[in-house]
Amino acid sequence: MGLLSSVFKKNVSEAPQKPAAPAKAADVVQKVETTNKEVKPVVDKISVGYTHLSGCTGCTVALADNYGGLLTLLDRYVDLKYHLTLADVRHIQKVDVAIVEGSVCIQDKLAVEEIKETREKAAIVVALGGCACYGNITRFSRGGQQNQPAHESYLPIGDLIKVDVYIPGCAPTPQMIRNVCVMAYLLLKGTKEQKELATKFLTPLMNMAAKGTSACFCELMTEVINQGLCMGCGSCAAACPVRAITMEFGKPNGERDLCIKCGACYSQCPRGFFNTDVVSEYEAINEAIMAALQ
Amino acid sequence: MGAELGKYKQVVAARSADKEILKGAQDGGIVTSLFAYALDEGIIDGAIVAGSYEDDPNVESTASQNHHWRPKPVVVTTKAELLAARGTKYNISPNVSLIKEATRSYGLDKVGIVGTPCQMQAIRKGQLYPFGWRDVESSIALAVGIFCMENFPYQSILQLVEDHAAMKLESVKKMEIGKGKFWVYGKRGQVVQLPLKVTHKYEQPGCHVCMDYVANLADISTGSVGSPDGWSTVFVRSKIGDSVWAKAMAAGVFETQPIEKVKPGLELVSKLANEKITKNRNTLEARKTFGVGKGLRNPFI
Repeated sequence: MGLLSSVFKKNVSEAPQKPAAPAKAADVVQKVETTNKEVKPVVDKISVGYTHLSGCTGCTVALADNYGGLLTLLDRYVDLKYHLTLADVRHIQKVDVAIVEGSVCIQDKLAVEEIKETREKAAIVVALGGCACYGNITRFSRGGQQNQPAHESYLPIGDLIKVDVYIPGCAPTPQMIRNVCVMAYLLLKGTKEQKELATKFLTPLMNMAAKGTSACFCELMTEVINQGLCMGCGSCAAACPVRAITMEFGKPNGERDLCIKCGACYSQCPRGFFNTDVVSEYEAINEAIMAALQ
Repeated sequence: MGAELGKYKQVVAARSADKEILKGAQDGGIVTSLFAYALDEGIIDGAIVAGSYEDDPNVESTASQNHHWRPKPVVVTTKAELLAARGTKYNISPNVSLIKEATRSYGLDKVGIVGTPCQMQAIRKGQLYPFGWRDVESSIALAVGIFCMENFPYQSILQLVEDHAAMKLESVKKMEIGKGKFWVYGKRGQVVQLPLKVTHKYEQPGCHVCMDYVANLADISTGSVGSPDGWSTVFVRSKIGDSVWAKAMAAGVFETQPIEKVKPGLELVSKLANEKITKNRNTLEARKTFGVGKGLRNPFI
């Protein structure tokens, strides 16, 4: 009886976590409105921070590779509060959205403090890139590197804090970062319809964040082929940044030693997730995003 | 007739005005003609199509594996290469696997791609959610979808043709599914037909959760169903599709007939689309309770 009731209790306490995604969006909006009014006269912008942990700056480069689009984002939609390379401000501040690049070295006290502070001071935390989401190439670290040979253990940020949105990939594409930025803006500042659309668009990325911190080619086997879902389109092979995936007789074949665990293949797979109602509106959504950046 | 046919701006019965294309075409030669025209006009710089392993000098044929009718996704940039890839192969060609490569190694700024409905879904997901497809989204200049009830692995086609139809794959001139049968045409003129019932157990399992028959997310989608022999049914769906189709029509690339005037017409397309959707919706339902208190994963959210 005791066991049963403890299991039951556990289920009950976990249950409200699941539908948190849409509800959370509303919470976030309220928080933002209150903070923004006192901080900035430009009420329409959302405040964004960028925490740079153990990553190669490739994600930053991908963000910057939006070229003119990045300038438009910064001009109209985003107030970049802190960013090691782009803003020359690195102390973590209160923001609406904190983007995190890189994994956390748990032997590096500063990194651990920074990721905790990031979570505490941000309404939404976005893990940008394979390292922040899944550990990526830093998973393979065995330490012993000068000048900090004891820095050997790297964790995806989701192992230390709650993460709201994932953008996997190594590097994530400039277009994906751009789309998420525009959608995050619509979620926080848009009309009712825009908020609904943004929520729908971001839901799969929130689901990924809720799912866990482990990714590799293997998910194409366990979650797609083993589940009888693969139809051999080749999206995964096109997404893999290290060409570890080839299509053999219409199915993905992974060179598992080449896989860097970035999560691009499974997230790109249309049988990984496919939100029909959003993707069917691809024409209108693409046009809206392009118009926002004109 | 409603949602099962997707959104479209117009639907017609059409065939290529180019006799050379029609000679080796599956039906009306729509895909080949569209890409040939788009290449000529600079609408696309190249197209990803289902070529053949037979034409690949790097692939060695052995007695046990000769690769006849095994499709290989290829990037074509000339009409001659396009013509070599004409016709339906009835097994999986992972055309989407080249979508990034086409813009890299092949250096294409404007890519055309032909594919099944699921491949069109992959393309559109990749345009909205380009996790690993850097700079691909705006390079897709023309996506042509083909009607699809289900697809087969290569080994299934091998077994259907060599074991059930008792023909050598290398002696096959054309394969076709139509009028409730799987047809195999030999180069010497022999014809073998198999009831579709025989083919069902050879279908690719991943096809059984697909809810799209007529490539709803393509710019232009086409297939034989609904139009007379030698003609194809064509849906023009997106703004891009509309503009390319209008230009091609003005240039006299296609002959068309109103879909209302041809037999068997749109009713058959609608009927088959509904059959596929109903069957696969049932599969998705059954997957929910596949085990005891546990089900199989549903990718559609």
